[in-house]
Amino acid sequence: MNDVAKTVEQIYARFPEAIIEVTTFRDETTLVLHPEYLVAVATFLHDDPAEQFTFLADITAVDWLEREPRYDVVYHLLSMPYRKVLRLKVRVGEPGEEHPEVPTVTGVWPAANWFEREVYDLFGIVFTGHPDLRRILMPSDWSGHPLRKDYPLTGFTLPEPHWGGQVLYEEAENQPQPASSPPPSAQQR
Amino acid sequence: MQLEKPVQLEPLERVEEQGQTHLDTMTINMGPQHPSTHGVLRLLLTLEGEVVVKCVPDIGFLHTGIEKTAEAKSYHKALVVTDRMDYLAPLSNNLGYSLTVEKLLDAEIPPKAQFARVLLVELQRIASHLVWLGTHALDLGAMSMFLYCFRERELILDIFEYVSGARMMTSYICPGGLQADLPPGFDRMVRDFIKVFPDRLQEYHDLLTNNALWIERTKGVAPLSAADAIAWGVTGPVLRGSGVAWDIRKAFPYSSYEKFNFEIPVGSNGDVYDRYLVRMLEMEQSLRIVQQALEGMPEGDYRTSDRKIAPPPKWEVATHMEALIHHFKLYTEGYRPPQGDAYVRIESPKGELGFYIVSDGSAKPYRMHVRAPSFANLQALPLMVEGQLFSDVIAAIGSIDIVLGEVDR
Repeated sequence: MNDVAKTVEQIYARFPEAIIEVTTFRDETTLVLHPEYLVAVATFLHDDPAEQFTFLADITAVDWLEREPRYDVVYHLLSMPYRKVLRLKVRVGEPGEEHPEVPTVTGVWPAANWFEREVYDLFGIVFTGHPDLRRILMPSDWSGHPLRKDYPLTGFTLPEPHWGGQVLYEEAENQPQPASSPPPSAQQR
Repeated sequence: MQLEKPVQLEPLERVEEQGQTHLDTMTINMGPQHPSTHGVLRLLLTLEGEVVVKCVPDIGFLHTGIEKTAEAKSYHKALVVTDRMDYLAPLSNNLGYSLTVEKLLDAEIPPKAQFARVLLVELQRIASHLVWLGTHALDLGAMSMFLYCFRERELILDIFEYVSGARMMTSYICPGGLQADLPPGFDRMVRDFIKVFPDRLQEYHDLLTNNALWIERTKGVAPLSAADAIAWGVTGPVLRGSGVAWDIRKAFPYSSYEKFNFEIPVGSNGDVYDRYLVRMLEMEQSLRIVQQALEGMPEGDYRTSDRKIAPPPKWEVATHMEALIHHFKLYTEGYRPPQGDAYVRIESPKGELGFYIVSDGSAKPYRMHVRAPSFANLQALPLMVEGQLFSDVIAAIGSIDIVLGEVDR
């Protein structure tokens, strides 16, 4: 059903240094690419008449906190004419790098626009060349990137008084406190 | 309907800018509190008179951190948060999640569970489209449609309550099969619904489909070309309304959809009217699937017999040691899929709903990402609306059928 073996061969032929590894798990093929080759491979997959991966289903990221590089940026591609599915991964994020950079694919698939904004918002990965890279889900004055593994599930305690928004971790009262006291906004009512 | 003579309006104010005169633009805010934005959606509209020059959606008002919450819960418990994304079609979300977890586990689901899932998900599709129809018609002025559609939806919600205990957030389709067996009397309820619904659907067609006012409001409004739709990641009835015959139930069949006979309605112009017709016809096709599922329902188990995934029945736990251990391990820790990742797409009422789950071998999902159809479809709103009149924005939002719960997660 999902015959992407030929696609992988073609990519090996045209971009011999692009692929780091190819894995297949549960019938899904994943290509791990070097970030510099991402746009070239994406353009090939989109334009080539034998591939026609014209549909970008999703872009997301995974934070492997203890690993170098830290993040996996994952692209899910679909070729409607050939009913083929492919996953591309790009690994970025060296230790100490606050905002890793990945080239944008909005030039290949316009759908990438909001998906990349969401990854920037929640993980802090900057997509170079993106037409409008700003936060999408969190408020625009938020600091921090919530889906990172070192961002606590319940957020940080906001110091009094606060008007919403978030302060940097160092400026807050250091530790996120357990929910034993009602949140500050409840007290103000 | 022609006026006797055209009404003379005062010419709008023109401004001189860069050597050209054009109308003065005004940026107004629509939402997040608004009866017609179908949720907490904020649109920044730049208007030149009545014409929309620029439309910038601002989302995130319903962001509740579902993906992060799911990382903190075991796989079975994380099912509960999936109900709340597309809150008008919770069973679809459950199905998407369950299929992804089952793919990671490489679990086999018995045919009865698969047919029951298809039946429930198609009923859910009808329920979701009824809400869409009721609210869309209400926005465009056909107010009585709202209560008619909700009257039918009540019948479906009664079925869900009978089967799972909850009208909406059922969490009934779980990894492994179903949470509990279909109770006796279930087929009678579904048969009663099947008897009633076609006439009601015909009533809705009679009210709207050839209605001059409805056609005036929806034909040619907010068009989206097929090429644009594919390029912008649009799926579901919006994509099919633009002429692309793509339905995941036919392209990548899941949960034994290949055994059912149904058609995919496809539009041609990509305007609001075509999307309306696509969804109306989809309701008809869904009813057809429900009928086939009911008649062809096989005998068997409602969940997998693999005790490492689905807990054993209580009588077995009381008498057999292995069952007790399985029960204990499942309820304290939960099953641990092997390391790896899986992406499963299903055709939810809104479009392609995809779940991408990364497992690190532990009992909790390491990362759960939801590819929400409304998120991608909403991205195409500016394309549909720029250059159109302001009142067409309302028609366009209604025709995309967004649910902010899944846009924001």
